[in-house]
Amino acid sequence: MSAHSQDLALDHHEDDHGHHKQSFLTHYIFSQDHKMISKQYLITGLFMGIIGIAMSILFRLQLAWPDHKFTVFEIFLGKWAEDGVMDPSVYLALVTIHGTIMVFFVLTAGLSGTFSNLLIPLQIGARDMASGFLNMVSYWLFFISSVVMVCSLFVEMGPASAGWTIYPPLSALPQAIPGSGAGMTLWLSSMAIFIASSLLGSLNYIVTVINMRTKGMSMTRLPLTIWAFFVTAIIGVVSFPVLFSAALMLIMDRSFGTSFFLSDIYIAGEVLHNQGGSPVLFEHLFWFLGHPEVYIVILPAMGLVSEILATSARKPIFGYRAMVASILAIAFLSTIVWGHHMFITGMNPFLGSVFTFTTLLIAIPSAVKAFNWITTLWRGNLQLNTAMLFSIGFVSTFISGGLTGIILGDSALDINVHDTYFVVAHFHLVMGISALYGLFAGVYHWFPKMFQGRLMNKNLGYIHFWITAIGAYGIFFPMHFIGMAGLPRRYYTNTNFPYFDQLTDINIVITIFAIITAAAQLVFLYNFIHSMFYGVRGSKNPWNSNTLEWTTENKHIHGNWEGEIPHVYRWSYDYSKLNEDETDYVIPGQDFIPQNIPLMENEEELNH
Amino acid sequence: MTAFLVVLVIILFGVTVFQMSRIFNMSKVKTIEGAEIANAKDNNINGWLMMMFVAFIYIILAVCFIKWWDVLLPKSASEHGVKTDQLMLVSMILIFFVGIITQWLLHYFAFAYRGDRPRKALFFADNDKLEFIWTIIPVIVLAGLIIYGLFTWTDIMNVDTDDDPMVVELYAYQFAWRARLSGEDNTLGKANVRLIEGINQLGVDESDPNSKDDIVVQELHIPVGRKILFKMRSQDVLHSAYMPFFRAQMNCVPGMITQFAYTPTVTSVEMQNDPEMVEKVKSINEIRRKNSLALTANGEEALEPYTFDYFLLCNKICGISHYNMQMKIVVDTPEDYKAWVAEQETFGAAMEKENNNI
Repeated sequence: MSAHSQDLALDHHEDDHGHHKQSFLTHYIFSQDHKMISKQYLITGLFMGIIGIAMSILFRLQLAWPDHKFTVFEIFLGKWAEDGVMDPSVYLALVTIHGTIMVFFVLTAGLSGTFSNLLIPLQIGARDMASGFLNMVSYWLFFISSVVMVCSLFVEMGPASAGWTIYPPLSALPQAIPGSGAGMTLWLSSMAIFIASSLLGSLNYIVTVINMRTKGMSMTRLPLTIWAFFVTAIIGVVSFPVLFSAALMLIMDRSFGTSFFLSDIYIAGEVLHNQGGSPVLFEHLFWFLGHPEVYIVILPAMGLVSEILATSARKPIFGYRAMVASILAIAFLSTIVWGHHMFITGMNPFLGSVFTFTTLLIAIPSAVKAFNWITTLWRGNLQLNTAMLFSIGFVSTFISGGLTGIILGDSALDINVHDTYFVVAHFHLVMGISALYGLFAGVYHWFPKMFQGRLMNKNLGYIHFWITAIGAYGIFFPMHFIGMAGLPRRYYTNTNFPYFDQLTDINIVITIFAIITAAAQLVFLYNFIHSMFYGVRGSKNPWNSNTLEWTTENKHIHGNWEGEIPHVYRWSYDYSKLNEDETDYVIPGQDFIPQNIPLMENEEELNH
Repeated sequence: MTAFLVVLVIILFGVTVFQMSRIFNMSKVKTIEGAEIANAKDNNINGWLMMMFVAFIYIILAVCFIKWWDVLLPKSASEHGVKTDQLMLVSMILIFFVGIITQWLLHYFAFAYRGDRPRKALFFADNDKLEFIWTIIPVIVLAGLIIYGLFTWTDIMNVDTDDDPMVVELYAYQFAWRARLSGEDNTLGKANVRLIEGINQLGVDESDPNSKDDIVVQELHIPVGRKILFKMRSQDVLHSAYMPFFRAQMNCVPGMITQFAYTPTVTSVEMQNDPEMVEKVKSINEIRRKNSLALTANGEEALEPYTFDYFLLCNKICGISHYNMQMKIVVDTPEDYKAWVAEQETFGAAMEKENNNI
């Protein structure tokens, strides 16, 4: 199949050299070109991101000033915020949809979808994905699922509001919460389509990486980005179907009277017929995807950051093999740690012990990665471009957020911080902010590859980074404290507990930082759109990088390379490599050796 | 007012960005290749900012601790909670130690090796010894932490029936709690939601002799120093019985009975008179007094002054009023507890009265 499509791509390339006129429809809409599809993913993802972040500002306002009437609520929430007082049910809907959108639509599709599509063919030296058609279908399924999710915001009884983890029975019974009516049906439909999209995409990535690497591109010469995307796709294929089965069973429970997750329920004055099901089963199924999902989100960011750190430090990534090994170790462990979300669900305590053990094990490869990144900076010649700043920021938030994971992963400690704001602070830093930093780093770095050589404005980039970096810690450091004070998450207001009155100040601080940080994202949006049309064009390799994508011309052609596909003779991290006499760089006056340059005479051969 | 200020800040910020971008555009005489790539000056500025940023991280950490130390939970009121807090402290010290060092290294390197034309980066691709060291150190440290944690966990979760714990049912429903004491026989009568009828809100089985002496209450009293074994049930959706002062939490799952046991060690009165708690309540009341001033100015009722009591709250999203699903817990001396129990009506007595009425 893949060989066949490669032939097609070759034929296609030789026939018309990508110069033939494409109609608007085939070029911009139903494009099968991976570069266009990646842009479609990115822009859809960013659009969903705007919705997700705007929602977070709405509920942050509510949390900081619960008694205040905000006209902005009335504007955006309409009948759910009459006179500017937010309805408790819409508060829950906002946190639910914020979580869903950010995790799945922005950080899964927007991050992995964008950069897997853009970089896999370009960095392994392929004309396109194994199947351009499936790739197109994958994007359009994602688009449909986004549309369905956005539509669910407008249904009569409100969107899904059982939390992004949609635990039944709350999500199964419309009597339990209004959002579990039509809103939940749309949520489940949207996610089912999303899973189909993700699976098509992932299979395509796996096949492409395995089959379509150019001559000389052995697995040990792959840039770490590709390793990360490849392993991410495998985790996706392993775990997403399980979420699909959970969603399917939930649909059956909701609509066809089955009892997979329901038993012994008395609600709204009557006993339901359901008997014998267990909500804990749903939790197992959900987290069997849910936990790998956080690695689906963070691994691509790790790959992008590794690549950018090496390029901008003008140094090889430290411990390439250890980095690959730790990606594999994290991927493997990620599928056997899901129970740490369930220590206090009534699961057998012995199982809790096992999951504590595997969970804390995952800290080891993560620590190795962090140390290797830090060492990559050591004695480098750091080019502090915006992408580099975001990459350094990534390592910083990944460490901060990762360390608190040691507390949450320990079942004995989890008892008291489970479902408090401590958890919210932890996962926002380690997967939310970190993955977003990875996304931003990727956009700043590969913007020229997406938009025909145009670069984003660096000064606006610096402003964006520094405000975001300060804001992110300003939001999430204090949040640990309200968690350790015992405040549960998903509370519409804390005013019913006078004991929590002391936390009002902290909540206000958090909200102010959140507003500032969100405003900084407008700088990014402006920069992104402006640079798309008016950005300064750089050379075809503006960052002096080694990977193959920078050997293509700025102008996009279907098939990527004008002539033959380049062959690869070395790994992608030969930065600042000296010649054998150590008098100068291998190529005099140039501190990088692209992958397509054959081994030089005066150069020591390494085992890559 | 605040809303206005917030909107104003956002607008002004937008204007700033717009003006800045105009300045940038104007200052660009003719776009030159490489204009958007970091030069030595950018590297220098951002390198210094990195140093300031790591200082910011330390400062915000220090400020949070100094300013908000008093919001953290008071000393544990249960036996196992002391051990949990100990483990928490050890883990916290460890992560602070690692965090402070690694953040410093990261940002310091970003500053110290900021790009400079004459500088050559070191081609340093591998070092097995280094990598071995920083694999093995986390392995050892985490092994210690895992073992420590697992001992604590098994200790908490394995309920030894030799301790003769007092059995209490916690019953959750949208949006309140009930507790059912097991009475003199220390055995709960069987129950199922299908038996819910009239005043029998918990669906207790009347025909089960063990249910006769059960006592259903809305405010839970427990004796200090006796191990309490909580059996959790839910009537409708998932709830979570969270008792932060006792470092205890367990989900309530419809269709199954979950459990959690602890021994309360501090009575409510003792906790209310704890100097730390007195201080805390004082500061809470100060906040409430200020809020009341604003309320009374608007002609609304003032807030009542606060006195401390233990509480149980719901910590699993369960519906619209999730945020107000609580129950007061009182830890009594054994004598006070006995006196309180004697006042309560048993389930058997309540049902008999009800049946006689009909």
